[in-house]
Amino acid sequence: MTYETTIGLEVHVELCTKTKLFCSCTTAFGGEPNSQCCPVCTGMPGALPVINKKAVEYAVKAGLALHCTIAEYSKLDRKNYFYPDLPKAYQISQYDLPLCKGGYLDITVQGKEKRIRIKRIHLEEDAGKLIHDRSKTDTLIDYNRCGVPLIEIVTEPDISSPEEARVFLEKLKSVLEYIEVSDCKMQEGSLRCDVNLSIRPSGQKELGVRTELKNLNSFRSAYRAMEYEIQRQRNILESGEPIVQETRRWDDSRGKSFPMRGKEEVHDYRYFPEPDLIPIVLDRKWIEVIKNHLPEMPDQRKKRFTEQYSIPEYDADILTSSKYLADFFETCSTKYDNPKTVSNWLMGDFMRLMNERGKEFHEIPIKPDSLVELLRLMDEGVINGSTAKKVIEEMFETGDEPKKIVEEKGLAQISDKDQLESMVQRILRENSKAVADYKSGKRKAFASLVGQVMKAFKGKANPQMVIEILNEEINRI
Amino acid sequence: MELHKLTIHEACNLLRKKEISCYELVEAVAEQIEKVEKNIHAFITLSIEQAFRNAAKVDKILSSGETLSPLAGIPMGLKDNICTAGVRTTCASKMLSNFVPPYDATVVLKLKKTGSVLLGKLNMDEFAMGSSTESSYFGETFNPWDLSRVPGGSSGGSAAAVASDEVFFSLGSDTGGSVRQPAAFCGVVGLKPTYGLVSRFGLIEYASSLDQIGPITKDVTDCAMVLSAIAGYDPSDSTSVKTSALDYTDFLIDDVKDFKIGIPREYFGEGLHIEVQKAIQNAVRIFEELGARVEEVSLPSTEYALPAYYIIATAEASSNLARFDGVKYGYRAEHAGDLADLYKKTRSLGFGTEVKRRIILGTYTLSSGYYEKYYLKALKVRTLIKRDFDEVFKSCDIILCPTSPTTAFRIGEKKENPMEMYLSDVYTVPVNLAGLPAISIPCGYDNDGMPIGLQLIGRAFGEGDLIRAAYTFERNTDFHLKKPATFWG
Repeated sequence: MTYETTIGLEVHVELCTKTKLFCSCTTAFGGEPNSQCCPVCTGMPGALPVINKKAVEYAVKAGLALHCTIAEYSKLDRKNYFYPDLPKAYQISQYDLPLCKGGYLDITVQGKEKRIRIKRIHLEEDAGKLIHDRSKTDTLIDYNRCGVPLIEIVTEPDISSPEEARVFLEKLKSVLEYIEVSDCKMQEGSLRCDVNLSIRPSGQKELGVRTELKNLNSFRSAYRAMEYEIQRQRNILESGEPIVQETRRWDDSRGKSFPMRGKEEVHDYRYFPEPDLIPIVLDRKWIEVIKNHLPEMPDQRKKRFTEQYSIPEYDADILTSSKYLADFFETCSTKYDNPKTVSNWLMGDFMRLMNERGKEFHEIPIKPDSLVELLRLMDEGVINGSTAKKVIEEMFETGDEPKKIVEEKGLAQISDKDQLESMVQRILRENSKAVADYKSGKRKAFASLVGQVMKAFKGKANPQMVIEILNEEINRI
Repeated sequence: MELHKLTIHEACNLLRKKEISCYELVEAVAEQIEKVEKNIHAFITLSIEQAFRNAAKVDKILSSGETLSPLAGIPMGLKDNICTAGVRTTCASKMLSNFVPPYDATVVLKLKKTGSVLLGKLNMDEFAMGSSTESSYFGETFNPWDLSRVPGGSSGGSAAAVASDEVFFSLGSDTGGSVRQPAAFCGVVGLKPTYGLVSRFGLIEYASSLDQIGPITKDVTDCAMVLSAIAGYDPSDSTSVKTSALDYTDFLIDDVKDFKIGIPREYFGEGLHIEVQKAIQNAVRIFEELGARVEEVSLPSTEYALPAYYIIATAEASSNLARFDGVKYGYRAEHAGDLADLYKKTRSLGFGTEVKRRIILGTYTLSSGYYEKYYLKALKVRTLIKRDFDEVFKSCDIILCPTSPTTAFRIGEKKENPMEMYLSDVYTVPVNLAGLPAISIPCGYDNDGMPIGLQLIGRAFGEGDLIRAAYTFERNTDFHLKKPATFWG
């Protein structure tokens, strides 16, 4: 039997405001535990919250970028539950009147456009962090993250495969980066997602029983967890058993999920309006101003890139998927007049290195000027392409300028004609079989001879000249 | 001269004339505390040594010729739910019996700026939940007028300390009558300001949408002086209202000729003690004689106020008090097994009966399936009550009624019957629901000699009108001059 998958996402995004949502503590990541908190964010009795207007602005920006309707009147509510990482024993969140409602994000999966509807976006505060690993008996609490502003973005159940979910998340991350409301660093937890997933036999009208997946720390683990869950639900259905509605915790290292709590154990959060804060009332004009100042979005930029820089749509799509990458490309292309070459290097070695090393853009020390310099060194014949590949690897590690690397490592290309000629002649003498093969029509032998010459110069020979000289010399024989 | 018996404005005059020093004022109240505290038990924590040090500091400043606020050097006390940096703040609960806040409430910062001198933290019902101060973990407070009776609550310590001259003034908090009712029971002046006039920052919350800090004083003039010092917008409290600072002593005007006073019919029904009723009727007559126009009015939703109050207040309390879990500060139960056990033991042993009753009630009314039935309905009632007041204030300047249906009851009399205890707040609760200001002033004594309180309710931010009316009443009567007998002192 074939099945259809229905997926809805709840994405939590930390906003990159300087201070927390309800106090003036810094939101900086990685401080000494409990060095960035105060009576307000640690829930001391009598301490009161005051809303951070910047956080409201960022949430509105996100709403506008995702085509939501912004509520002129919304309010904050308390979500009550006991847990040590939540010092007030309630989270200030939004229940029935969220800041943003009814938006969408268009994605392209396997060449097909699809619209994923956004149900709502609301503002809430983050909790602290429990640290369990110091000893077997004690749990430590770090309240630094407590009160950091979050937005929760909830989609409609419009997603029908893990691949669509992955593309949606990538695109969402890119949009949020473009509008600069979050740095979206997954490894620092500034973008987290929960998945609601159900399957049903193809053609069945009503949706299947859904499960909720938690603890998805990367897009990759989200993808794996969804694949796993589809298979798990399918196995259950095919054995004739019913799916149990529950929350499951994904264990990435074991590649499995485990039940966390069932339907009966669902918390009653006892939401009610936060009496310590007044409702958020926004001026229509203020919202318009923010709307008019939204930066260029990925889709618009992609279109512009194909037109302005005459690069293929495929390139533009990849380059604009990250604001950082797009900015990098654009800076290079204003200084270097072959944008396609810039694109090739970014999409080629640059991204390959990034993926291999598991790095994110902001961690890479290469500056656009350095890449331009590298391309110029090639154009001027100072280095050849294969040397450039070595140089960019070095740049990736050290952040050094390409000229410096070329000088220090003696990587400059050999273009001395006499030197090249005598080496070519030696190689031809030493490889009489290859020469004979070539003469008998095996074109491949030529390439192997080029390779021999290059190897003799440790790859630094000017390949263009090597080919020319080799051509001359072999035809003389 | 018995300095401790002075009012703030009397002491202030003598200080200005340099006839007395702040040190002497503190000495006088310290002696009075030494003498009567064992009978009254108004304080949870005393800070007398610190008070002497602070008084000496203020004297030094005054002797240098610098002019300070009228409250400079005046000994005072604070209800023990108002956070004081470095001074234990317990909320009269085992839960916070060891809690020393690292910060001052905004009102404390404001009072520190005036140079008034803190003598200690005053007793109250646990977490301000009660009307008799009997639910304090530290034991009850006794009414200075009759030690077998309660001082009222929840700010019972604050009222008893002022009535027995242990301090010149105190601050209490009023969520459903907790400043006005004990002021009435102890024969002193208590004001509950408009919601949002006084910052709540640092007031340990009971019901956030109802809580207000208010002064308890010996007379109306003192009340105006203290209110001027603590009122005003505070950016740290989002519910505080941006108002321009007022000097409420400007409203100490002995004239009510242009005032229209409404007498709400619903406040004179069943349960009102006949002697209280007589005293209130007498007050109405006095106001009429002073030239005010009096008219009967109606506040038809009044009967729903008490149930609505107990739903809203307990709902908020159930959430506000959830933070006391034994994890971060305050009491933590020993020998807890896992996390759930830690919560359960800490909260079972750390809270008293009344607090647990209200947490359970509030948790229930907010729970899924009951929210609409109780909480939402209570919010609607609240709106109706507000509308009732709005309607009356279209034609009246103030509303006059009793503060409480009875005078101070006996210790233990209502302790086992919460419903009866709750009825003690039937005339004060609607004011909190509507967010309005109200003052309680002495207006008579019952046959046992227990003081009776008169409540005047004003328009939002109409504190000036209240002070003017109360001041006029006070100037033309002498109820406020009577002091409790000192046979026990």
